[in-house]
Amino acid sequence: MDKRDTFRPNVLTSGHRACSGCGEAMAARMVTDLIGPNAIYVNATGCLQVFTTHNQQSAWQAPWIHSVFANAAAVASGVEAALRARGDPTPVVVQAGDGGTFDIGLQCLSGMIERGHDVLFVCYDNEAYMNTGVQRSSSTPHGARTTTSPPGRLSQGKHHFKKDVLSIIAAHHMPYAATATVAYFPDLKAKVEKALSMQGLRFLQVLSPCPLGWDHEAALSVSVSRLAVETGLFPLVELEYGSVTGVMRLAQQRPVEDYLKVQGRFKHLFNSKEGAVEVRHLQALADRRIQHYGLLDTPTEWDTLRATQVQRHGRGGYPVMGEDTVQ
Amino acid sequence: MRQQLEGARAVAEAVRLCRPQVIAAYPITPQTHIIEHLAKMVADGDLIAEYVSVESEFAAASLVLGAVAGGARSFTASASQGLLLMTEVLYNIAGMRLPVVMVCANRAISSPINIFSDHQDSMSQRDTGWIQLYVESNQEAVDTLIQAYRIAERCELPVMVCMDGFFLTHTFEPVDMPDQAVVDQFLPTFQFARTLDPKHPMTLGGGSEPENYLEFRASQHVALLQAQEVIKTTDADYAEHFGRGYGGLIDPYRVDGADTVLLGLGSMMGAVKDVVDSLREQGQAVGALRLRCFRPFPVLDLVQQLAGVKRVVVLEKAFSAGASGIVAIELRAAFYDAGLSIPVAGFIAGLGGRDVTPAVIEAALHRAIATNTPIDSDFLDCQLDSVL
Repeated sequence: MDKRDTFRPNVLTSGHRACSGCGEAMAARMVTDLIGPNAIYVNATGCLQVFTTHNQQSAWQAPWIHSVFANAAAVASGVEAALRARGDPTPVVVQAGDGGTFDIGLQCLSGMIERGHDVLFVCYDNEAYMNTGVQRSSSTPHGARTTTSPPGRLSQGKHHFKKDVLSIIAAHHMPYAATATVAYFPDLKAKVEKALSMQGLRFLQVLSPCPLGWDHEAALSVSVSRLAVETGLFPLVELEYGSVTGVMRLAQQRPVEDYLKVQGRFKHLFNSKEGAVEVRHLQALADRRIQHYGLLDTPTEWDTLRATQVQRHGRGGYPVMGEDTVQ
Repeated sequence: MRQQLEGARAVAEAVRLCRPQVIAAYPITPQTHIIEHLAKMVADGDLIAEYVSVESEFAAASLVLGAVAGGARSFTASASQGLLLMTEVLYNIAGMRLPVVMVCANRAISSPINIFSDHQDSMSQRDTGWIQLYVESNQEAVDTLIQAYRIAERCELPVMVCMDGFFLTHTFEPVDMPDQAVVDQFLPTFQFARTLDPKHPMTLGGGSEPENYLEFRASQHVALLQAQEVIKTTDADYAEHFGRGYGGLIDPYRVDGADTVLLGLGSMMGAVKDVVDSLREQGQAVGALRLRCFRPFPVLDLVQQLAGVKRVVVLEKAFSAGASGIVAIELRAAFYDAGLSIPVAGFIAGLGGRDVTPAVIEAALHRAIATNTPIDSDFLDCQLDSVL
């Protein structure tokens, strides 16, 4: 037997058809390997489904199901209910893009959270409908160029702000909602492991750069997603039952231009006076997020010293009936 | 045991007898009483199941999809707009060959909004790949629901049991509830070969390309055609276990020696049979044929049963706007392919809960007999002048 086959039994194995530099493939590989093959994976329609199950082939070495675009959370609710009815403790994981989370999948997701299903929902957020050829979603950032938010004589790209889906989800009074990105693997690992240690509905939003849609070099996916964090545009945070319980602080704030200039989708913002206004909007947005989550506040003794340790002083875990959950 | 039961209650009791492990519930009139009764059974501990109150019918269909793939016998019910909202998932369930069973409490569709009964909702789902069984009485709803699980699980196809809203769901009738022990004998424990399981990881719902999509769809068609035999044998076997059968795919009534046969679906066939009785007493050679199974469409059985008649009157509570009555179209095609030139008189009646009275039924029969030529989608008991 070829030893390479037994070296690492990835849940998402090689041979799939993702583009080079695909942030979602990278993120899914990291997340699913942390979860392992003893789980049931439910996938929304999208890039991940298309590039992993092309034409009767499958890159999944774990039980995996895809139904339609909008219903991954409801299908997962059904799988979880079936396992519960059968007394089977196998974990259930949803994987969806931002379309399947922020837009068409939001109603099913909200229903699943409200009902408290024991499911880990992972959103690979690449900030547009990439599978259909880069159309804007409610996750697309303000000012970004997509094929349905093109810059033109009267327009500077997308007119609306990126939906704050994390706050919407955390407002359901649910156990755990966190953001992560492929640039900070130890942080991502800590969050997946924490989510796996908890019960109830857990949500992870993983920023996943798309070289095709964001229009950057394939080799830059990791550094681009690091810049999203360092500029304050994509804060790495954790919320438990609606309260912020962990943030990754910034040693210093970088200007948003550092992030915007490496991506073709923002190129038009640097060609005109109108574009400059939108850059200032985006800077204001980053400033507000930094202020909101206290990303530049003086670190406390609990604060992040290394990326593997994030500040947590909230309610941990899922309340168990009959036990005092106050810590 | 014979009891006086509301239709919704009776069918909920039948669901309980089938031991579903997951129930997805979203309310819509006139289906609501079914899921209310099930909720109470679960709350009282009379039914051990995961009862999930979802946020839409779209989620209800998705939830039972996931539950069956997760290895649990499941149930859901809907009607009208709810069924339309499920459409995308209904196709998906059938395409994935998942043995889901649901009840449609037949109701009109919007616009204008109307809560009363006709068959436009389930008929609009005729191409989804689901088996569709239409029942005439509360007793048949109970018996068909139990049969539906066995058919679904044998064929790996979803089954929709269609019962008329209000006329059945809200009407009290004497119903003989089957014994749990006999149901357990008739309906084995749920087992699904493609259950999601880390010990045998499988990919369900992956992509397909032009070189094999056609084969997937064609195999679904073949499976539906083959299901006809399973529906017949299941009904026959059910009759052996419980003493009641319904003819499998079609339910003929006084068809022997009939020149004119009225074909229809659902609860109105009770009134049709009364009309047939009274016309027979007057010496007229009429009969009735109830289409119990609409999908798969029982072409062979219909042709065999009707080959000798002079004319067929189709009375239906649904139509394809801009074309004709749906069953009438399909029956004409079946006759044509069999080389039969039997005139089919197609009538549409009873939409939005309008009562299909014996007088209306008789009028349809008289007109068909008098004209003796095909009639294409004529609306009965309809004041068309007032809306044109």
